[in-house]
Amino acid sequence: MSASDEIWILGIRMTKFGKHPDLDTVDLAAEAAIGALGDAGVSMADIGVLAAGNLMAANAGIGQQLQKQIGQTGIPVYNVANACATGATALRTAIMAVKAGEAKYGMAVGVEKLSGAGLLGAGGRKKDDADVWEPKGRYGAVAAVDGRIGTEAMPGVFAQIGTEYGHKYGGTSFELFAKISEKNHAHSTLNPLAAYQKKFTLEQIMSDVMIAYPNTRPMCSANCDGAAAAVVCNGETLKSLSSEQRRRAVKVSASVLTTDPYEQGCQVLPNVNTLTRNAAATAYQQAGVGPSDLDLVELHDCFATAELVHYDNLMLCEEGGAADFFNSGATWRDGSTPVNVSGGLQSKGHPIAATGIANIWEICHHLRGEAGDRQIENAKVGLAHVIGLGSACGVHILEKSAA
Amino acid sequence: MAGQIPLVDYLVLDDGDPHLIAQECTSCGARFFDRRNACAGCFATGFKTVPVATEGTVRAFTIVTFAAPGIPTPFVASVVDCDGTQVRANLINVDPDPDHVRDGMKVRLATYPMGTDSEGTAAIGFGFEPAE
Repeated sequence: MSASDEIWILGIRMTKFGKHPDLDTVDLAAEAAIGALGDAGVSMADIGVLAAGNLMAANAGIGQQLQKQIGQTGIPVYNVANACATGATALRTAIMAVKAGEAKYGMAVGVEKLSGAGLLGAGGRKKDDADVWEPKGRYGAVAAVDGRIGTEAMPGVFAQIGTEYGHKYGGTSFELFAKISEKNHAHSTLNPLAAYQKKFTLEQIMSDVMIAYPNTRPMCSANCDGAAAAVVCNGETLKSLSSEQRRRAVKVSASVLTTDPYEQGCQVLPNVNTLTRNAAATAYQQAGVGPSDLDLVELHDCFATAELVHYDNLMLCEEGGAADFFNSGATWRDGSTPVNVSGGLQSKGHPIAATGIANIWEICHHLRGEAGDRQIENAKVGLAHVIGLGSACGVHILEKSAA
Repeated sequence: MAGQIPLVDYLVLDDGDPHLIAQECTSCGARFFDRRNACAGCFATGFKTVPVATEGTVRAFTIVTFAAPGIPTPFVASVVDCDGTQVRANLINVDPDPDHVRDGMKVRLATYPMGTDSEGTAAIGFGFEPAE
């Protein structure tokens, strides 16, 4: 592979996740973007393409809104929306443009204002059922089906994904899922940018408000505000930069986006497994590394039940062995494959469109040796995973610079 | 006009015992419950209507205690494996707690009245209830 085919993250930044009542989406995006530019040592004048996402206002053109505050240079903007994979999709878009040689530097930004958003996925019953029953839509339904034919709200959808894993392989329980959450909340106590830095005991987690069995409130991703941004360039460009820029640059060894291929039942309960497994397999092949080479993983733990299945999907353990793998302690920060040392979506928080870049920021932070108290020592290779229901899966493998 | 109407058009009430039907791809056998443009698996456009088994086993479930406004809780959402066809449905006529709802439990289709509209037509919903 020639240097011009290699992609590098030159600068990356995430804002503090949490409540930002005085900042709007553009403020947060600007903070992340200006931070990433500064971290990269370039300016808006250098950026040749901008990809931006803000899922909750996907038709509002967050990319152009951001340009109007931090620099209108006339470059192409791609506003992207891909559910919870929006941030990874923005990054992938910027990477594709740089890889195609259409831009020297690309920037990706993801931002969300989600504090107090409540349940996601459930449309609710906006009005009372009709005066006269009348079949509508692709199922010819005479009334709202959410709550009558299963659930459309995310906690329940992902709860079923977790119980389905137990159905297939056994070994799962309410307590097991709660222990995964206990780990992530413990991890976040070392992350100053996490929305929550509060340690929970197992008993506190299990006795908290039940949302959708077996997911209690602390086992659900934390709705919060936040943004993240990254600047990418190719290896040829990197060669022309300072030794400091080359030393801190992080290599993108793999960048993959997949959707779910048709399988029996995938339109009944979303199948988040196969597209993740496919993305991981492609990413490991692209990067020339295997799961055992990973020093840390940030995966999409939108619910405690989701984290378990992705141990298996990312092939961190043998097929069907996720429960044993977790019980061995492997995914704690002092284990063999630390997972979500940032605190994950359950504790660091999940401002949807920011998540897919913030996960990569976390990995970069460790590869650069800049993660402070939560540094994973000698981290050289990391993997970041996100999944958006619908579905879309992004996997990026990142490697420490040899420079 | 008094009478009854199913909650969804894939619930059949007027042809023997109540049952669900699926659109089965005549090329690859994939089954769907919605109106189709083509097959998501093999892209063919031919479908036939087939009955779905009325008994099955619980493959995945959750007990929803916190839902969008207007949705009564708690309820049990599940995926039932009906002789190889996966069906999304609530589990009904069962206490909605982990002591009574179990992975792999045997269930059968059941219907219930949802209410009557201004013309006197009753909407009929469905779920799966314990079979033993």
